[in-house]
Amino acid sequence: MKLGRIEGKVWATVKDAKMNGCTFYIMQPIDEEGNSLGMSLVAVDTIGSREGDLVYWVGGAEATFAFEDRQIPSDATIVGLVDRLDLEKKK
Amino acid sequence: MILCKVVGSIVSTIKHSSFDNKKIMLVRPINPDGTFRSGTMVAIDTIRAGVGDTVLVASEGRSAMEILEFTKREPLRSVIVGIVDRIDLKTSEVNRG
Repeated sequence: MKLGRIEGKVWATVKDAKMNGCTFYIMQPIDEEGNSLGMSLVAVDTIGSREGDLVYWVGGAEATFAFEDRQIPSDATIVGLVDRLDLEKKK
Repeated sequence: MILCKVVGSIVSTIKHSSFDNKKIMLVRPINPDGTFRSGTMVAIDTIRAGVGDTVLVASEGRSAMEILEFTKREPLRSVIVGIVDRIDLKTSEVNRG
């Protein structure tokens, strides 16, 4: 799992039937200090996040297992909202 | 598995049910000599690792499933599987105690 920041919403009406009901967000992978890591991507949301939220997301095969009743054809799925980050103090 | 250093912890209330009652840590991949590699990862801790510890992180869903004793596949893949006491390299010894 990795950290990400929600930067926008994507609307797609016509999509694979297994994706019905899913919301898509533009998500920028970031490090613990908020710096961007690589390019932004589109992720499926499972927790009701909003733009500007700091979240963690899962990629790879595990991104497809977010729902109990079906597997979704997603390669990045948002699985949690970060309330607080406690970081090691800089030396 | 990869070597990582625990750099922080995450407090999270709203999350997927597979993360319920789990300790969520922030880890950064490191080289065997202790220098940081690029990237930051979120990993589940089951063995009481603390901030500053060098740990082994398995980043594969099947291993996570075995460790967390899930009965089915869940959207969770990175788990801290061990705390590193010491790394012996051919050229030098790096003590992480």
